Amino acid sequence: MVTFRPNSVGKAIKRREDPRLIRGLGTYTDDVKLPGMTYAAFVRSDFPAGAIRSIDTTAAADHPGVVAAYTYADMDGQVGPSPVGAEMPGMGKADHPLLADGRVLHVGQPVAVVVAETPYAARDAAGLVEVDIEPREAVVDVEAAMAPDAPRVYEELDSNICIQVPVPNPEADKLFEQADQTLSMRLLNQRVAPFPMEGRAICAHWEEGPGKLTIWTSNQAPHFVKQQIAMCLRIPEIRIRAIAPEVGGGFGAKIPTYPEDPLLCWVSRELRRPVKWSETRTENLLGMTHGRGHVEKIDVAFQNDGRVLALKGQTISELGAWRSFYGPFIALSTHTMSCGCYDIRAVAWETFAVYTNTMATEAYRGAGRPEAAYIIERVMDEVAAATGLDPVAVRRRNFVDKDAFPHTTASGAVYDSGDYEKTLDRMIELVGYDDAREAQRQARDDGRLVGIGVAAFTEVCGIGPSGGTAPHQRMGTWESATVRVEPSGNVTVYTGVSPHGQGQETAFAQMASDAFGVGLDDVVVVHGDTDQVQHGVGTFGSRGIAVGGAALHMALTKVHAKATRIAAHHLDAPVDQIDYEDGEFTVSGTDRKLTFRQVAEMAHLWNVAVPGEEPGLEAVARFEPPGTTFPFGAHLCQVEVDPESGQIEIQRYVAVDDFGVVINPMLADGQRIGGVVQGIGQAMWEEVQYDDGGQLLSGTLMDYAVPRAKHFPRMVLDNTVTPTDVNPLGAKGIGELGTIGSTPCVVNAIVDALRPLGITNIDMPAKPERVWQAIQAAASAQ
Amino acid sequence: MPRSVPVTVTVNGSAHEREVEPRTLLVHFLREELDLTGVHIGCESTLCGACTVHLNGRAVKSCTVLAVQADGQEVTTIEGLAADANNLHPLQVGFWEKHGLQCGYCTPGMIMAAKQLLDDNPNPTEDEIREAIDGNICRCTGYQQIVDAVQHAAEAAGAA
Repeated sequence: MVTFRPNSVGKAIKRREDPRLIRGLGTYTDDVKLPGMTYAAFVRSDFPAGAIRSIDTTAAADHPGVVAAYTYADMDGQVGPSPVGAEMPGMGKADHPLLADGRVLHVGQPVAVVVAETPYAARDAAGLVEVDIEPREAVVDVEAAMAPDAPRVYEELDSNICIQVPVPNPEADKLFEQADQTLSMRLLNQRVAPFPMEGRAICAHWEEGPGKLTIWTSNQAPHFVKQQIAMCLRIPEIRIRAIAPEVGGGFGAKIPTYPEDPLLCWVSRELRRPVKWSETRTENLLGMTHGRGHVEKIDVAFQNDGRVLALKGQTISELGAWRSFYGPFIALSTHTMSCGCYDIRAVAWETFAVYTNTMATEAYRGAGRPEAAYIIERVMDEVAAATGLDPVAVRRRNFVDKDAFPHTTASGAVYDSGDYEKTLDRMIELVGYDDAREAQRQARDDGRLVGIGVAAFTEVCGIGPSGGTAPHQRMGTWESATVRVEPSGNVTVYTGVSPHGQGQETAFAQMASDAFGVGLDDVVVVHGDTDQVQHGVGTFGSRGIAVGGAALHMALTKVHAKATRIAAHHLDAPVDQIDYEDGEFTVSGTDRKLTFRQVAEMAHLWNVAVPGEEPGLEAVARFEPPGTTFPFGAHLCQVEVDPESGQIEIQRYVAVDDFGVVINPMLADGQRIGGVVQGIGQAMWEEVQYDDGGQLLSGTLMDYAVPRAKHFPRMVLDNTVTPTDVNPLGAKGIGELGTIGSTPCVVNAIVDALRPLGITNIDMPAKPERVWQAIQAAASAQ
Repeated sequence: MPRSVPVTVTVNGSAHEREVEPRTLLVHFLREELDLTGVHIGCESTLCGACTVHLNGRAVKSCTVLAVQADGQEVTTIEGLAADANNLHPLQVGFWEKHGLQCGYCTPGMIMAAKQLLDDNPNPTEDEIREAIDGNICRCTGYQQIVDAVQHAAEAAGAA
């Protein structure tokens, strides 16, 4: 195995991606220009539920500059249905057409597509398509949708409940009878919009001559796109090239292949011309999958000393109008992660995933784990309040002991490694926790509403091995890497992960540079192109380093071993006599040596066959994770609430996380701060809102509040290092940790500020209006 | 076809004459007519700042400026900030040094907004930086490293 000398790995190396991006020279999908380009615009349903009586495209088709206008009737039988993913035994499911086929299921569903010579003409003509819909009653509220007599999203199904998974536990029942105390909470994890700065964009190009389809798509998983389009268009995958060029953020919502992807490929094949589409921000808020959307009920059995014995929970997850790749599994993972970093003896749970006439929900930075962390971290604070203990003390009392790993939780998760006390201790030390509490007491004495919130959390990353959800999703959870060394000794890395801001071009170059003693500039990392990378999955689930990096480590190890054998042959020494350091192979105890670059040249150009070796210096590796990793952290937030306005000021945020071995701490910090801010966005401002009739109320940036720079103080970060043995790097994953820890941390701080008023919960988002109303209600109750 | 009007806009130091529909937005003019695709579209409603460019030296959101309004005016885009890779603007250096970008989509607009700040106030405080970029949304970084990047640029410019 290659040992990385710390020349580069572990250091804050500037990104290789940045020189092009800071000059505006990156190529995002909408930047692609091809001869003969056409432009698409979609006509979308204005109704959340209804029957399509007629669609008239005549005026649109006659509009100057229009090339074509298509409805479902034009493509029926040729393409589709939509590549939706999740499959589970017993699930209530229906096909989802690429364009509405006689009925509409949610506001924003594509009904027709207009193609024109210019984007303006396409949009003008889309407005001329006449769609006559007979509306019917929509089902919007997820709990109402579960009622047996609720209007059904799919008339052909018996119920709106897509899956119902009860996990009863008699042990939990017994512990509830024995416990000193119990408490119940109803927690809402509201729908949020992933809101990547670049919305979805697609450029599809069918070339009739070679019979080849190329699609540029702003997507996190181009290999899925290729596979799904092959199924949808019924053409072999070898004729499809999917490219995710620069991708302007994804956060989970760009994992799925959307109906527009295969549809525009079909349009290009029909027209024999390239076609491009970039969604507007309103289309993005209407038609990009949303995240979260859980209603949770939790009962807790605990002792007077703060020890939590058992949980009984219920998750009701809004699937929206169709089942996305991960929707039902996200609902289930909340149960899996329900214990957090605590040694809880028994868990009973029931999970529902339910159709409603709203946009589908899908993975969003954390995907099931933030919901779980939110529940258990809110629970810990309420147990502290009920027992009169400090929230930190309650957490310590319940932590899984550091010597108890690997640890199997009562909900069935197998935690790889952890040392929760160490991380919490470091956070407490950084904060000066006792002083902060003393300052809070003084502020309260002065009548100020200051709150301190804590979250100690864990999550699951680097999902594997294949075989769990894989057969239903038609995917593995492994990752690939190819390392190709040129005769010059320069290195190309082909990775199966498709980053979109995380910085793997840099992190992977660091690894290759250290492995072979070549410069960072001598390494190129290729990703996001299915013609260049044979197979891949993606960064999601914080897999970039923990799975993609592990695959690269394997490939580097294979190449290094071959280079060592070649060096041994040319140095006329046995392989076990070859020492390697910093790009040089030396015969042990001598000054006879070859550089890595000399070996690379020998491998390619010298006509000296090494017995048993093929020419060349290249290796492919596929890493199948034997298990999952569980990074963790301890966060603290201090807020002050203005009782007159309900405005909340974030005064302090400290995060100490443990994500194992770190390749590039600067990139890790970026992931953490970004995640924390995104999680705080959910806690304080963000909410996708539909009215009772199913109309989207949060369809523009005037109505959907994302975090801005002046909302935040400077954050303080630190980390501890508890490696994992699940992968050869010892890295656990970093991408989602921030959103998972920060949301409950901030809500705990807000509730802590308001607790002297008798307030014990504030539902997210803790908008000033909502906080002010809670303060007024508490005042009138007293 | 819709009627067209002539416009002449000096962009990054070069005059460009085009016939455009009167409703053509400046951002579309820059991207489609001049291939300046570093100018990004994020919301089409002045609220996200991804399309920020300078019009006669002042930062504007080019999604709510008509190309005809820029007729006879001077526009600077991200592509005009550095002559080549070896002559980066201090803000570009700062964003690179301090990891002020991840996906990079907001970055050109963010840099152009920050340039307005440093043009007006060469030594801003952290609060002033956060205020100045409040009209620009970044969904990746959480802003802290953008603040660091702008501070780095201010210090570099001060030292120069």
